[in-house]
Amino acid sequence: MAHQMKYFYELTISSSPHIHSKATTRTIMRDVLIALLPALAGAVYFFGPRALVVTLISVAACVLFEWGWSRLLKRPDKTYDLSAVVTGVLLAFVCPPTIPYWMIVIGDFFAIIVVKMLFGGIGHNVVNPALAGRAFLFSWPVAMSTWVKAGWENAAPVFPDVDVVTAATPLAAMHQGQLPEEGLLDLFLGNVGGCIGETSALLLLVGFAYLLIRKVISPRIPLAYLGTVAVLAFLFPMGNDRLLWTGCQLLGGGLILGAVFMATDYVTSPVTKLGQVVYGVGCGVLTVLIRYFGGYNEGVSYAILVMNCCVVLLDRIGRPTKFGAPKKEGKKV
Amino acid sequence: MAFSFFGGIHPADHKQLSCDVPIRRFPEPDVLVVPLSQHIGAPCKPLVKKGDQVAKGQKIGDNTGLCVPVHSPVSGKVKAVEMRAHTSGTTMMSVVIENDRQDTPDPQIRKRSPEEVAALTPEDLIGLIREAGIVGMGGATFPTHVKLSSGLGKVDTIIINAGECEPYITADDRLCREFPEAVIAGVKIVMKILGLSTACIALEDNKPQAARALRAFLAPEDGITVRTLPSRYPQGAEKQLIYAVTGRQVPSGGLPAAVGCAVFNAATCKAIHDAVWEGVPLIERIVTVSGNIVMAPKNLIVPIGTSFNDLLEAVGHSENPYKVISGGPMMGVTQYDLSVPTTKGTNAVTILGHKHQYLVEHPQCIRCGRCIDACPMKLMPVLMYKSLQSGDVENMKSVHMMDCIECGCCAYTCPACLPLVLGFRSGKQRIRDHAAAAASKKL
Repeated sequence: MAHQMKYFYELTISSSPHIHSKATTRTIMRDVLIALLPALAGAVYFFGPRALVVTLISVAACVLFEWGWSRLLKRPDKTYDLSAVVTGVLLAFVCPPTIPYWMIVIGDFFAIIVVKMLFGGIGHNVVNPALAGRAFLFSWPVAMSTWVKAGWENAAPVFPDVDVVTAATPLAAMHQGQLPEEGLLDLFLGNVGGCIGETSALLLLVGFAYLLIRKVISPRIPLAYLGTVAVLAFLFPMGNDRLLWTGCQLLGGGLILGAVFMATDYVTSPVTKLGQVVYGVGCGVLTVLIRYFGGYNEGVSYAILVMNCCVVLLDRIGRPTKFGAPKKEGKKV
Repeated sequence: MAFSFFGGIHPADHKQLSCDVPIRRFPEPDVLVVPLSQHIGAPCKPLVKKGDQVAKGQKIGDNTGLCVPVHSPVSGKVKAVEMRAHTSGTTMMSVVIENDRQDTPDPQIRKRSPEEVAALTPEDLIGLIREAGIVGMGGATFPTHVKLSSGLGKVDTIIINAGECEPYITADDRLCREFPEAVIAGVKIVMKILGLSTACIALEDNKPQAARALRAFLAPEDGITVRTLPSRYPQGAEKQLIYAVTGRQVPSGGLPAAVGCAVFNAATCKAIHDAVWEGVPLIERIVTVSGNIVMAPKNLIVPIGTSFNDLLEAVGHSENPYKVISGGPMMGVTQYDLSVPTTKGTNAVTILGHKHQYLVEHPQCIRCGRCIDACPMKLMPVLMYKSLQSGDVENMKSVHMMDCIECGCCAYTCPACLPLVLGFRSGKQRIRDHAAAAASKKL
């Protein structure tokens, strides 16, 4: 047949389809990072430059650990997909601004090497690496629950790791069954003590809107999660103002950061629509249970970690009925 | 009453490249390679041998059973009957004809008068359609006479597929704009055969001029309606089209006749018209030659057997092609040997540049679930891919691998660029092999 060929081109043979949408893992992670930028800016505004330094160190450590691990094991390096960067930012966001730099690096090591790479890298981890890293860092409970008041005048210096004036977070008050001193507006704007990226509901919601517009996430998990917490807080309030209590539960602590950026992590959340709703509700119930009855103020991270472990089961519910399925087969696919 | 199928995608359609380019007749090449199997079913046996003189439209291959004949697209001399490269990627017995440029028509070709056409019975018409070598021209190449005769008495809805949802392709769009009368005449013949008084021509709403052209030739008493459906890939897929028009779901593993529907491509209807009224067998078809690196995209009437090389030369390209595809970019087959011939099912030749390189090494699913939202068959490609990795045939069956129509929506949306369709094709083949092995064990 070669004698028939007029021209010779290096033609590529592959299975269809031959075109692809613009979205790739890298663009999705890039969008998540863009959505986190407002909260990062807010963190610097409320907690000073140390918040930024912690975040940058965390990102650098995560990328370095993933790259080094791949090099060490002669595996393909996938740091270009930016997922390690996202993990770095998120882990920093759930740590207090006063955290010693060496400590965040240990958290990054646990998140990337133990939780992600030992399980096979991106797509294989069972639980959210950033949250698992935070859980691991509670080996140093004092450092992980030392809080500073918002505002540059109270900000921890970038160097050295020194003692700062500590303060209680709104969540600590609520754990005692009292309404926090801070007003709802301060909680909404983020002008309160807390972890680096969790305090400003407003800026996190800006990021949420961006993710929805870019169709990176669906609103199912965040709404189910936040809705469940709202309903439970409304039904079982502490203090004398039911609505205020509900608002403080929603805006206080890391709930919005967790619901928007952590619980929606593709790898560790269900793929079916019903599964996602149940997952969100489960996160909400566990968060409220831990906040009300747990020994620790915050329930979001452990609630999500526990629900991460249920994803294998949640993937089994709500599977779509295939096109042209016989009627009696019903929902079972 | 319009139904909307589940899922689907909205790729950039690039139809503006060629949708306003009028159909031109491609000059007959010097040598044509006519494969003896251009349909689903038994291949034809050659009726000519090396050295024979053939006339334009002369039958050169036929067989019994599920088979449609092939005809010589030109008059000339048979140079060889041998294995030649084919668009499927394999080789196939083909008749190589040297064009003598005499245009001697086959003596059997003659026009029929309206009275003669009116006098033809459905059986006569089905016979004519078979003898004219007509197959489904949307790409599936199922023998049209078999679809018609098996649909007799079972079909209550005729749908003409002019959806053409694949990017770049405008052959059916131009056909409906320039030959609306012929298409409609073909539809009327189909209606007569199936004994129905109504039919529906379905287009995507990105072809308003085609819809207008068709409507201009339709009278209410014809019983033919033109329906415009939202532009969404894969609107032109048979099962999705039937659902969009009628709301009926073709059962899993079943044929459209199971829900009383028969779908014919618009180009097939034109071929039926040509066969019945003009007496001309299927020896040429409209092909869109387009692509992102094509200099002058064209819609061409191409004799069956014209090589892709000739078509590439006719349109020109601005850089070395990365892929040359028989068909559109969503479901087409890439070619490595451009001497392959245009066949009855080739509705387009798409030429893509290196910009369209997207597959990555070591792709990894991130469970985003976009494939589930895109799958028009409501399957879960994420689980299907997992079942492939497990290698367990029972597991593959349990996630409905066999229901995959290979439309490519999942792979198109997959941010990890997983080779999903490739995997599902091999998975389906493994299930078939497994079933065949089990059947042979029983015997």
